[in-house]
Amino acid sequence: MSINGKPKFAMYWAASCGGCEIAVLNTHEKILDIDTNFEVVFWPIAMDAKYNDVKAMEDKSILLTLFNGGIRNTENEEVANLLRRKSQILVAFGSCASEGCIPGLANLSSLSDIFNASYQSASTVNPDNVAPKTSVSVPEGEIHIPAMFPALRPLDQVVSVDYYMPGCPPESHQISRVIDLVIKVISKEADLPPIGSVIGAGESTVCDECPRHRDVKTIKQFVRVQDIDKINADLCLLEQGIPCNGPASRSGCGALCPKSGAQCIGCYGPAEGVLDFGARMITALASVIESNEPSEIERILEGIPDPVGQFYRFNLANSLLRTGTAAWRNNASLKE
Amino acid sequence: MSDAFEPIIIGFTCNWCSYRAADLAGTARVKYPANIRLIRLMCSGRIDPTFVLKAFASGADGVLITGCHPGECHYIEQNYKALRRYLLLKRSLTQLGIEAGRVKLVWASAAEGVRLADEITKMVEQVKTLGPLNWPKWEGFFDDEIHSLVEIPEEVSA
Ligand code: SF4
Ligand code: FES
Repeated sequence: MSINGKPKFAMYWAASCGGCEIAVLNTHEKILDIDTNFEVVFWPIAMDAKYNDVKAMEDKSILLTLFNGGIRNTENEEVANLLRRKSQILVAFGSCASEGCIPGLANLSSLSDIFNASYQSASTVNPDNVAPKTSVSVPEGEIHIPAMFPALRPLDQVVSVDYYMPGCPPESHQISRVIDLVIKVISKEADLPPIGSVIGAGESTVCDECPRHRDVKTIKQFVRVQDIDKINADLCLLEQGIPCNGPASRSGCGALCPKSGAQCIGCYGPAEGVLDFGARMITALASVIESNEPSEIERILEGIPDPVGQFYRFNLANSLLRTGTAAWRNNASLKE
Repeated sequence: MSDAFEPIIIGFTCNWCSYRAADLAGTARVKYPANIRLIRLMCSGRIDPTFVLKAFASGADGVLITGCHPGECHYIEQNYKALRRYLLLKRSLTQLGIEAGRVKLVWASAAEGVRLADEITKMVEQVKTLGPLNWPKWEGFFDDEIHSLVEIPEEVSA
Protein backbone atom coordinates (compact mmCIF):
# COMPACT_ATOMS: atom_id res chain seq x y z
CA MET A 1 0.00 0.00 0.00
CA SER A 2 1.16 3.50 -0.74
CA ILE A 3 1.13 6.61 1.41
CA ASN A 4 -2.46 7.36 0.45
CA GLY A 5 -3.45 3.78 1.23
CA LYS A 6 -4.37 2.90 -2.35
CA PRO A 7 -2.91 -0.11 -4.12
CA LYS A 8 -0.39 0.69 -6.81
CA PHE A 9 -0.99 0.40 -10.54
CA ALA A 10 1.46 0.39 -13.43
CA MET A 11 1.15 0.13 -17.19
CA TYR A 12 4.00 -0.33 -19.63
CA TRP A 13 4.49 -0.60 -23.37
CA ALA A 14 7.24 -2.65 -24.95
CA ALA A 15 7.23 -3.52 -28.68
CA SER A 16 3.74 -2.35 -29.58
CA CYS A 17 1.92 0.37 -31.47
CA GLY A 18 0.32 2.26 -28.59
CA GLY A 19 -3.19 1.14 -29.46
CA CYS A 20 -3.56 -0.73 -26.15
CA GLU A 21 -2.96 2.51 -24.28
CA ILE A 22 -5.57 4.26 -26.41
CA ALA A 23 -8.00 1.42 -25.67
CA VAL A 24 -7.54 2.02 -21.93
CA LEU A 25 -8.19 5.75 -22.42
CA ASN A 26 -11.22 4.75 -24.49
CA THR A 27 -12.88 3.39 -21.38
CA HIS A 28 -13.91 7.03 -20.87
CA GLU A 29 -15.03 7.75 -17.31
CA LYS A 30 -13.92 4.27 -16.22
CA ILE A 31 -10.42 5.68 -16.25
CA LEU A 32 -11.47 7.74 -13.22
CA ASP A 33 -12.15 4.49 -11.38
CA ILE A 34 -8.51 3.60 -11.87
CA ASP A 35 -7.52 6.92 -10.36
CA THR A 36 -10.01 6.57 -7.48
CA ASN A 37 -8.96 3.06 -6.58
CA PHE A 38 -5.28 3.01 -7.43
CA GLU A 39 -2.20 5.08 -7.08
CA VAL A 40 -0.67 5.14 -10.57
CA VAL A 41 3.05 4.78 -9.96
CA PHE A 42 4.38 4.10 -13.43
CA TRP A 43 2.77 4.66 -16.82
CA PRO A 44 5.17 6.17 -19.33
CA ILE A 45 2.53 7.29 -21.81
CA ALA A 46 0.50 9.11 -19.16
CA MET A 47 2.94 10.41 -16.59
CA ASP A 48 6.58 11.10 -15.97
CA ALA A 49 8.42 8.35 -14.13
CA LYS A 50 11.87 6.85 -14.48
CA TYR A 51 12.97 3.23 -14.46
CA ASN A 52 15.03 4.10 -11.41
CA ASP A 53 11.84 5.06 -9.56
CA VAL A 54 10.52 1.56 -10.22
CA LYS A 55 13.84 -0.03 -9.25
CA ALA A 56 13.66 1.79 -5.93
CA MET A 57 10.25 0.31 -5.11
CA GLU A 58 9.96 -2.68 -2.87
CA ASP A 59 9.49 -6.04 -4.56
CA LYS A 60 5.81 -6.94 -5.05
CA SER A 61 4.76 -3.44 -4.06
CA ILE A 62 2.75 -2.83 -7.27
CA LEU A 63 -0.56 -4.65 -7.08
CA LEU A 64 -1.45 -4.61 -10.77
CA THR A 65 0.70 -4.13 -13.86
CA LEU A 66 -0.77 -4.14 -17.35
CA PHE A 67 2.10 -4.94 -19.69
CA ASN A 68 1.51 -4.41 -23.38
CA GLY A 69 3.94 -5.05 -26.18
CA GLY A 70 6.23 -7.92 -27.07
CA ILE A 71 9.89 -8.36 -26.16
CA ARG A 72 11.95 -7.21 -29.13
CA ASN A 73 15.05 -5.70 -27.53
CA THR A 74 17.15 -5.74 -24.39
CA GLU A 75 15.29 -2.79 -22.88
CA ASN A 76 11.92 -4.56 -23.24
CA GLU A 77 13.38 -7.59 -21.52
CA GLU A 78 14.92 -5.62 -18.71
CA VAL A 79 11.68 -3.79 -17.94
CA ALA A 80 9.69 -7.03 -18.15
CA ASN A 81 11.96 -8.57 -15.52
CA LEU A 82 11.82 -5.45 -13.40
CA LEU A 83 8.04 -5.20 -13.47
CA ARG A 84 7.68 -8.91 -12.80
CA ARG A 85 9.75 -8.45 -9.65
CA LYS A 86 7.83 -5.41 -8.48
CA SER A 87 4.30 -6.62 -9.29
CA GLN A 88 1.93 -8.97 -7.55
CA ILE A 89 -0.29 -9.37 -10.62
CA LEU A 90 1.29 -9.12 -14.05
CA VAL A 91 -1.13 -9.07 -16.97
CA ALA A 92 -0.02 -9.66 -20.56
CA PHE A 93 -2.25 -6.94 -21.93
CA GLY A 94 -3.24 -7.06 -25.58
CA SER A 95 -2.17 -9.22 -28.45
CA CYS A 96 1.52 -8.18 -28.60
CA ALA A 97 2.23 -9.15 -25.01
CA SER A 98 0.03 -12.24 -25.20
CA GLU A 99 1.07 -13.67 -28.54
CA GLY A 100 3.41 -11.32 -30.44
CA CYS A 101 0.85 -9.74 -32.77
CA ILE A 102 1.93 -7.75 -35.86
CA PRO A 103 5.46 -7.03 -34.53
CA GLY A 104 5.84 -10.82 -34.30
CA LEU A 105 5.55 -11.10 -38.09
CA ALA A 106 9.11 -9.78 -38.18
CA ASN A 107 10.01 -13.28 -36.98
CA LEU A 108 9.84 -14.22 -40.66
CA SER A 109 12.94 -12.15 -41.39
CA SER A 110 16.55 -12.04 -40.36
CA LEU A 111 17.83 -9.06 -38.38
CA SER A 112 19.90 -7.90 -41.33
CA ASP A 113 16.84 -7.93 -43.61
CA ILE A 114 14.91 -5.96 -41.03
CA PHE A 115 17.66 -3.35 -40.76
CA ASN A 116 18.13 -3.22 -44.51
CA ALA A 117 14.42 -2.64 -45.00
CA SER A 118 14.45 0.15 -42.43
CA TYR A 119 17.65 1.92 -43.40
CA GLN A 120 18.50 0.94 -46.95
CA SER A 121 15.35 0.17 -48.86
CA ALA A 122 14.03 2.26 -51.72
CA SER A 123 11.56 3.95 -49.39
CA THR A 124 14.34 5.31 -47.18
CA VAL A 125 16.45 8.32 -48.11
CA ASN A 126 19.73 7.58 -46.40
CA PRO A 127 22.63 8.71 -48.61
CA ASP A 128 25.14 8.65 -45.76
CA ASN A 129 24.25 5.08 -44.85
CA VAL A 130 23.35 6.07 -41.31
CA ALA A 131 22.30 3.21 -39.07
CA PRO A 132 21.95 3.00 -35.33
CA LYS A 133 24.73 1.39 -33.34
CA THR A 134 24.19 -0.30 -30.02
CA SER A 135 27.07 1.63 -28.51
CA VAL A 136 28.98 4.72 -29.49
CA SER A 137 31.84 6.63 -27.94
CA VAL A 138 31.37 10.33 -27.22
CA PRO A 139 33.76 12.62 -25.28
CA GLU A 140 31.79 11.97 -22.10
CA GLY A 141 32.16 8.21 -22.42
CA GLU A 142 30.40 5.32 -24.11
CA ILE A 143 26.65 5.46 -24.57
CA HIS A 144 24.32 2.59 -25.40
CA ILE A 145 20.96 1.99 -26.97
CA PRO A 146 19.05 -1.26 -26.55
CA ALA A 147 20.04 -4.12 -28.85
CA MET A 148 17.58 -6.17 -30.89
CA PHE A 149 16.96 -9.84 -30.27
CA PRO A 150 16.82 -12.11 -33.32
CA ALA A 151 13.13 -12.67 -32.74
CA LEU A 152 10.21 -11.12 -30.92
CA ARG A 153 8.82 -12.97 -27.92
CA PRO A 154 5.50 -12.67 -26.16
CA LEU A 155 5.79 -11.72 -22.50
CA ASP A 156 5.36 -15.23 -21.10
CA GLN A 157 8.39 -16.49 -23.02
CA VAL A 158 10.43 -14.12 -20.85
CA VAL A 159 8.79 -13.92 -17.42
CA SER A 160 5.90 -15.70 -15.74
CA VAL A 161 2.55 -14.10 -16.49
CA ASP A 162 -0.50 -14.20 -14.23
CA TYR A 163 -3.25 -13.33 -16.70
CA TYR A 164 -3.68 -12.82 -20.40
CA MET A 165 -5.92 -10.19 -21.85
CA PRO A 166 -6.14 -10.67 -25.61
CA GLY A 167 -7.20 -8.30 -28.38
CA CYS A 168 -5.60 -5.90 -30.79
CA PRO A 169 -6.42 -3.85 -28.89
CA PRO A 170 -8.60 -5.28 -26.12
CA GLU A 171 -12.13 -3.94 -26.49
CA SER A 172 -12.81 -1.09 -24.10
CA HIS A 173 -15.92 -2.73 -22.63
CA GLN A 174 -13.78 -5.77 -21.80
CA ILE A 175 -11.15 -3.54 -20.15
CA SER A 176 -13.89 -1.92 -18.08
CA ARG A 177 -15.12 -5.34 -16.96
CA VAL A 178 -11.63 -6.30 -15.87
CA ILE A 179 -11.10 -3.02 -13.99
CA ASP A 180 -14.43 -3.59 -12.21
CA LEU A 181 -13.38 -7.11 -11.30
CA VAL A 182 -10.04 -6.01 -9.85
CA ILE A 183 -11.74 -3.30 -7.80
CA LYS A 184 -14.17 -5.90 -6.43
CA VAL A 185 -11.24 -8.16 -5.58
CA ILE A 186 -9.58 -5.32 -3.67
CA SER A 187 -12.73 -4.78 -1.63
CA LYS A 188 -12.98 -8.55 -1.14
CA GLU A 189 -16.26 -8.83 -3.02
CA ALA A 190 -14.83 -11.15 -5.65
CA ASP A 191 -12.01 -13.62 -6.13
CA LEU A 192 -9.35 -13.55 -8.79
CA PRO A 193 -9.67 -16.17 -11.53
CA PRO A 194 -7.10 -19.00 -11.49
CA ILE A 195 -3.55 -17.96 -12.38
CA GLY A 196 -2.88 -18.34 -16.09
CA SER A 197 -6.45 -17.54 -17.13
CA VAL A 198 -7.43 -15.51 -20.12
CA ILE A 199 -9.46 -12.57 -18.85
CA GLY A 200 -11.58 -9.99 -20.63
CA ALA A 201 -12.56 -12.36 -23.42
CA GLY A 202 -14.87 -15.25 -24.20
CA GLU A 203 -14.17 -18.96 -24.17
CA SER A 204 -15.57 -19.85 -27.52
CA THR A 205 -14.84 -18.78 -31.10
CA VAL A 206 -15.73 -15.66 -33.06
CA CYS A 207 -17.95 -17.88 -35.24
CA ASP A 208 -19.94 -18.59 -32.12
CA GLU A 209 -20.63 -14.89 -31.65
CA CYS A 210 -21.15 -14.22 -35.33
CA PRO A 211 -24.76 -13.70 -36.46
CA ARG A 212 -24.05 -14.84 -40.04
CA HIS A 213 -25.61 -18.17 -40.83
CA ARG A 214 -23.74 -21.17 -42.14
CA ASP A 215 -25.10 -23.44 -44.83
CA VAL A 216 -22.18 -25.87 -44.90
CA LYS A 217 -21.53 -24.54 -48.37
CA THR A 218 -18.23 -25.21 -50.07
CA ILE A 219 -16.36 -22.95 -52.45
CA LYS A 220 -14.34 -23.17 -55.66
CA GLN A 221 -12.45 -19.92 -55.24
CA PHE A 222 -11.13 -17.66 -52.52
CA VAL A 223 -11.68 -13.95 -52.98
CA ARG A 224 -10.54 -10.84 -51.23
CA VAL A 225 -13.32 -8.95 -49.56
CA GLN A 226 -12.45 -5.79 -51.51
CA ASP A 227 -12.77 -7.64 -54.81
CA ILE A 228 -16.38 -8.70 -54.35
CA ASP A 229 -19.18 -6.63 -55.82
CA LYS A 230 -21.81 -7.56 -53.35
CA ILE A 231 -21.31 -9.42 -50.11
CA ASN A 232 -24.26 -11.46 -48.96
CA ALA A 233 -25.25 -9.75 -45.72
CA ASP A 234 -26.40 -12.87 -43.91
CA LEU A 235 -24.24 -15.72 -45.12
CA CYS A 236 -20.98 -16.77 -43.47
CA LEU A 237 -18.09 -14.99 -45.16
CA LEU A 238 -16.02 -18.15 -45.40
CA GLU A 239 -18.83 -19.78 -47.35
CA GLN A 240 -18.64 -16.84 -49.77
CA GLY A 241 -14.96 -17.57 -50.31
CA ILE A 242 -13.67 -14.78 -48.09
CA PRO A 243 -10.95 -16.22 -45.86
CA CYS A 244 -12.34 -15.47 -42.42
CA ASN A 245 -10.34 -16.38 -39.31
CA GLY A 246 -13.43 -16.69 -37.11
CA PRO A 247 -13.19 -20.50 -36.66
CA ALA A 248 -9.82 -20.26 -34.85
CA SER A 249 -10.25 -16.96 -33.01
CA ARG A 250 -11.27 -16.43 -29.43
CA SER A 251 -14.58 -14.76 -28.85
CA GLY A 252 -14.91 -11.59 -26.84
CA CYS A 253 -15.02 -8.84 -29.43
CA GLY A 254 -18.66 -9.48 -30.30
CA ALA A 255 -17.74 -10.49 -33.87
CA LEU A 256 -17.37 -6.83 -34.82
CA CYS A 257 -15.61 -7.42 -38.14
CA PRO A 258 -17.82 -10.12 -39.68
CA LYS A 259 -20.87 -8.15 -38.49
CA SER A 260 -19.70 -5.21 -40.57
CA GLY A 261 -18.88 -7.32 -43.61
CA ALA A 262 -15.14 -7.73 -43.09
CA GLN A 263 -13.42 -11.02 -42.37
CA CYS A 264 -12.20 -11.79 -38.87
CA ILE A 265 -8.43 -11.37 -38.84
CA GLY A 266 -7.94 -13.17 -35.55
CA CYS A 267 -6.87 -10.36 -33.23
CA TYR A 268 -8.28 -12.05 -30.11
CA GLY A 269 -5.83 -14.88 -30.55
CA PRO A 270 -6.46 -18.62 -30.55
CA ALA A 271 -9.72 -19.89 -29.09
CA GLU A 272 -9.66 -22.04 -25.97
CA GLY A 273 -7.96 -25.35 -26.74
CA VAL A 274 -6.36 -24.18 -30.01
CA LEU A 275 -2.67 -24.97 -29.76
CA ASP A 276 -1.68 -23.44 -33.06
CA PHE A 277 -3.83 -20.81 -34.71
CA GLY A 278 -2.55 -21.54 -38.22
CA ALA A 279 -3.12 -25.27 -37.91
CA ARG A 280 -6.73 -24.67 -36.94
CA MET A 281 -7.24 -22.31 -39.87
CA ILE A 282 -5.65 -24.75 -42.31
CA THR A 283 -8.16 -27.33 -41.15
CA ALA A 284 -11.03 -24.86 -41.42
CA LEU A 285 -10.14 -23.67 -44.92
CA ALA A 286 -9.47 -27.23 -46.10
CA SER A 287 -13.02 -28.15 -45.24
CA VAL A 288 -14.68 -25.44 -47.32
CA ILE A 289 -12.72 -26.16 -50.48
CA GLU A 290 -14.90 -28.02 -52.93
CA SER A 291 -12.48 -30.23 -54.78
CA ASN A 292 -10.70 -33.56 -54.46
CA GLU A 293 -8.36 -32.98 -57.39
CA PRO A 294 -4.81 -31.96 -56.44
CA SER A 295 -4.38 -29.59 -59.39
CA GLU A 296 -7.72 -27.90 -58.83
CA ILE A 297 -7.08 -27.61 -55.09
CA GLU A 298 -3.76 -25.95 -55.89
CA ARG A 299 -5.55 -23.49 -58.17
CA ILE A 300 -8.04 -22.64 -55.41
CA LEU A 301 -5.19 -22.21 -52.93
CA GLU A 302 -3.67 -19.56 -55.19
CA GLY A 303 -6.43 -17.45 -53.67
CA ILE A 304 -4.51 -17.50 -50.37
CA PRO A 305 -1.32 -15.84 -51.66
CA ASP A 306 0.14 -15.19 -48.21
CA PRO A 307 -0.79 -18.15 -46.00
CA VAL A 308 1.47 -17.19 -43.09
CA GLY A 309 0.11 -13.63 -43.09
CA GLN A 310 -3.41 -15.02 -43.27
CA PHE A 311 -2.99 -17.61 -40.51
CA TYR A 312 -0.42 -16.05 -38.20
CA ARG A 313 -1.07 -12.33 -38.48
CA PHE A 314 -1.28 -12.07 -34.70
CA ASN A 315 0.08 -15.34 -33.53
CA LEU A 316 3.37 -16.23 -35.20
CA ALA A 317 5.56 -15.56 -32.15
CA ASN A 318 3.29 -17.78 -30.07
CA SER A 319 2.76 -20.51 -32.65
CA LEU A 320 4.34 -23.94 -32.30
CA LEU A 321 7.24 -22.90 -34.53
CA ARG A 322 7.46 -19.28 -33.23
CA THR A 323 9.48 -17.96 -36.19
CA GLY A 324 10.43 -18.70 -39.75
CA THR A 325 13.87 -20.15 -40.36
CA ALA A 326 15.26 -16.75 -41.44
CA ALA A 327 15.12 -15.45 -37.86
CA TRP A 328 17.61 -17.99 -36.57
CA ARG A 329 19.21 -20.04 -39.30
CA ASN A 330 21.90 -17.62 -40.38
CA ASN A 331 23.18 -17.03 -36.91
CA ALA A 332 26.37 -19.07 -36.95
CA SER A 333 26.52 -19.49 -33.20
CA LEU A 334 23.21 -21.35 -33.26
CA LYS A 335 24.34 -24.04 -35.63
CA GLU A 336 25.23 -27.32 -34.05
CA MET B 1 26.51 -31.78 -43.82
CA SER B 2 28.29 -34.87 -42.61
CA ASP B 3 27.62 -38.25 -44.20
CA ALA B 4 26.56 -39.54 -40.83
CA PHE B 5 23.41 -37.45 -40.75
CA GLU B 6 20.50 -39.74 -39.96
CA PRO B 7 17.26 -37.79 -40.22
CA ILE B 8 14.32 -38.33 -37.93
CA ILE B 9 11.12 -38.71 -39.90
CA ILE B 10 7.72 -38.92 -38.29
CA GLY B 11 5.29 -41.00 -40.33
CA PHE B 12 1.56 -40.82 -39.74
CA THR B 13 -0.29 -43.91 -40.89
CA CYS B 14 -3.93 -44.81 -41.19
CA ASN B 15 -5.10 -47.89 -39.38
CA TRP B 16 -6.83 -49.46 -42.37
CA CYS B 17 -4.40 -49.11 -45.24
CA SER B 18 -1.01 -47.59 -44.81
CA TYR B 19 -0.36 -49.03 -41.35
CA ARG B 20 -1.21 -52.43 -42.73
CA ALA B 21 1.07 -51.79 -45.67
CA ALA B 22 3.90 -51.06 -43.24
CA ASP B 23 2.98 -54.16 -41.27
CA LEU B 24 3.00 -56.22 -44.43
CA ALA B 25 6.43 -54.88 -45.29
CA GLY B 26 7.54 -56.10 -41.87
CA THR B 27 5.98 -59.53 -42.25
CA ALA B 28 7.48 -59.92 -45.71
CA ARG B 29 10.87 -58.77 -44.40
CA VAL B 30 10.97 -55.90 -46.84
CA LYS B 31 13.56 -53.49 -45.45
CA TYR B 32 13.03 -49.79 -45.03
CA PRO B 33 15.26 -47.31 -43.17
CA ALA B 34 14.91 -47.08 -39.41
CA ASN B 35 14.81 -43.29 -39.67
CA ILE B 36 11.05 -43.32 -39.78
CA ARG B 37 8.96 -43.40 -36.60
CA LEU B 38 5.48 -44.56 -37.50
CA ILE B 39 2.48 -43.31 -35.60
CA ARG B 40 -0.81 -45.08 -36.19
CA LEU B 41 -4.02 -43.10 -36.36
CA MET B 42 -7.46 -44.33 -37.33
CA CYS B 43 -7.50 -42.34 -40.57
CA SER B 44 -5.47 -39.71 -42.41
CA GLY B 45 -8.38 -37.36 -41.68
CA ARG B 46 -7.33 -37.48 -38.03
CA ILE B 47 -4.09 -35.69 -38.84
CA ASP B 48 -4.41 -32.21 -37.46
CA PRO B 49 -1.77 -29.91 -39.02
CA THR B 50 -0.87 -29.21 -35.38
CA PHE B 51 0.73 -32.69 -35.24
CA VAL B 52 3.01 -31.89 -38.15
CA LEU B 53 4.06 -28.51 -36.73
CA LYS B 54 4.67 -30.09 -33.37
CA ALA B 55 6.85 -32.76 -34.97
CA PHE B 56 9.04 -30.14 -36.64
CA ALA B 57 9.18 -27.97 -33.50
CA SER B 58 10.23 -31.04 -31.48
CA GLY B 59 13.14 -31.98 -33.71
CA ALA B 60 11.81 -33.96 -36.67
CA ASP B 61 13.60 -33.42 -39.98
CA GLY B 62 10.70 -34.58 -42.07
CA VAL B 63 7.08 -35.72 -41.83
CA LEU B 64 5.41 -38.37 -43.97
CA ILE B 65 1.63 -38.43 -44.14
CA THR B 66 0.02 -41.59 -45.45
CA GLY B 67 -3.50 -42.83 -46.00
CA CYS B 68 -5.78 -44.96 -48.12
CA HIS B 69 -5.95 -44.31 -51.85
CA PRO B 70 -8.51 -41.75 -53.05
CA GLY B 71 -11.96 -43.27 -52.94
CA GLU B 72 -10.86 -45.96 -50.48
CA CYS B 73 -10.90 -44.16 -47.15
CA HIS B 74 -12.84 -46.16 -44.59
CA TYR B 75 -14.45 -42.97 -43.39
CA ILE B 76 -15.63 -42.13 -46.90
CA GLU B 77 -13.72 -38.99 -47.83
CA GLN B 78 -11.51 -37.99 -44.96
CA ASN B 79 -8.39 -38.62 -47.01
CA TYR B 80 -9.48 -35.85 -49.40
CA LYS B 81 -9.63 -33.57 -46.40
CA ALA B 82 -6.12 -34.72 -45.49
CA LEU B 83 -5.03 -33.92 -49.05
CA ARG B 84 -6.40 -30.37 -48.91
CA ARG B 85 -4.85 -29.75 -45.48
CA TYR B 86 -1.54 -31.13 -46.67
CA LEU B 87 -1.41 -28.88 -49.73
CA LEU B 88 -2.22 -25.78 -47.70
CA LEU B 89 0.14 -26.76 -44.89
CA LYS B 90 2.96 -27.29 -47.38
CA ARG B 91 2.48 -23.76 -48.72
CA SER B 92 2.60 -22.35 -45.19
CA LEU B 93 5.70 -24.34 -44.27
CA THR B 94 7.52 -23.18 -47.39
CA GLN B 95 6.78 -19.59 -46.47
CA LEU B 96 8.20 -20.24 -43.00
CA GLY B 97 11.39 -21.54 -44.59
CA ILE B 98 10.76 -25.27 -44.16
CA GLU B 99 11.49 -26.84 -47.54
CA ALA B 100 8.56 -28.51 -49.30
CA GLY B 101 10.60 -31.75 -49.49
CA ARG B 102 10.33 -32.20 -45.74
CA VAL B 103 6.65 -33.13 -45.93
CA LYS B 104 5.18 -35.73 -48.18
CA LEU B 105 1.82 -37.36 -48.73
CA VAL B 106 1.69 -40.96 -49.89
CA TRP B 107 -1.36 -43.15 -50.50
CA ALA B 108 -0.79 -46.84 -49.85
CA SER B 109 -3.25 -49.71 -49.74
CA ALA B 110 -2.91 -52.61 -47.32
CA ALA B 111 -1.34 -54.66 -50.11
CA GLU B 112 1.33 -52.14 -51.00
CA GLY B 113 4.00 -53.00 -48.45
CA VAL B 114 6.78 -52.93 -50.98
CA ARG B 115 5.68 -49.63 -52.46
CA LEU B 116 5.37 -47.98 -49.04
CA ALA B 117 8.82 -49.21 -48.04
CA ASP B 118 10.07 -47.77 -51.29
CA GLU B 119 8.43 -44.39 -50.64
CA ILE B 120 9.88 -44.30 -47.13
CA THR B 121 13.34 -44.98 -48.51
CA LYS B 122 12.95 -42.21 -51.08
CA MET B 123 11.73 -39.78 -48.44
CA VAL B 124 14.68 -40.55 -46.16
CA GLU B 125 17.09 -39.98 -49.05
CA GLN B 126 15.40 -36.71 -49.90
CA VAL B 127 15.60 -35.40 -46.35
CA LYS B 128 19.23 -36.52 -46.13
CA THR B 129 19.98 -34.27 -49.09
CA LEU B 130 18.17 -31.37 -47.43
CA GLY B 131 20.17 -31.84 -44.24
CA PRO B 132 19.10 -31.43 -40.63
CA LEU B 133 16.28 -29.02 -39.86
CA ASN B 134 17.53 -28.33 -36.33
CA TRP B 135 14.58 -26.28 -35.20
CA PRO B 136 15.71 -24.35 -32.09
CA LYS B 137 14.84 -25.68 -28.67
CA TRP B 138 13.83 -22.24 -27.46
CA GLU B 139 14.61 -23.02 -23.84
CA GLY B 140 17.62 -20.87 -23.01
CA PHE B 141 17.98 -19.68 -26.61
CA PHE B 142 17.83 -16.03 -25.68
CA ASP B 143 19.82 -16.34 -22.46
CA ASP B 144 22.87 -18.24 -23.61
CA GLU B 145 23.38 -17.11 -27.14
CA ILE B 146 21.93 -13.68 -27.19
CA HIS B 147 25.02 -11.61 -26.63
CA SER B 148 26.54 -12.74 -29.86
CA LEU B 149 23.33 -12.04 -31.74
CA VAL B 150 22.09 -8.65 -30.74
CA GLU B 151 24.62 -6.49 -32.58
CA ILE B 152 23.27 -4.68 -35.58
CA PRO B 153 24.50 -6.56 -38.63
CA GLU B 154 27.74 -5.36 -40.19
CA GLU B 155 26.40 -4.62 -43.64
CA VAL B 156 24.10 -1.87 -42.46
CA SER B 157 26.10 -0.46 -39.58
CA ALA B 158 28.82 0.59 -42.02
S1 SF4 C 1 -16.20 -17.83 -40.53
FE1 SF4 C 1 -16.34 -15.61 -40.16
S2 SF4 C 1 -18.26 -14.99 -41.14
FE2 SF4 C 1 -18.32 -17.23 -40.95
S3 SF4 C 1 -19.40 -17.60 -39.01
FE3 SF4 C 1 -17.20 -17.55 -38.55
S4 SF4 C 1 -16.79 -15.41 -37.96
FE4 SF4 C 1 -18.78 -15.44 -39.02
S1 FES D 1 -9.27 -44.78 -43.30
FE1 FES D 1 -7.35 -44.71 -44.33
S2 FES D 1 -7.29 -42.62 -44.91
FE2 FES D 1 -9.24 -42.71 -43.99
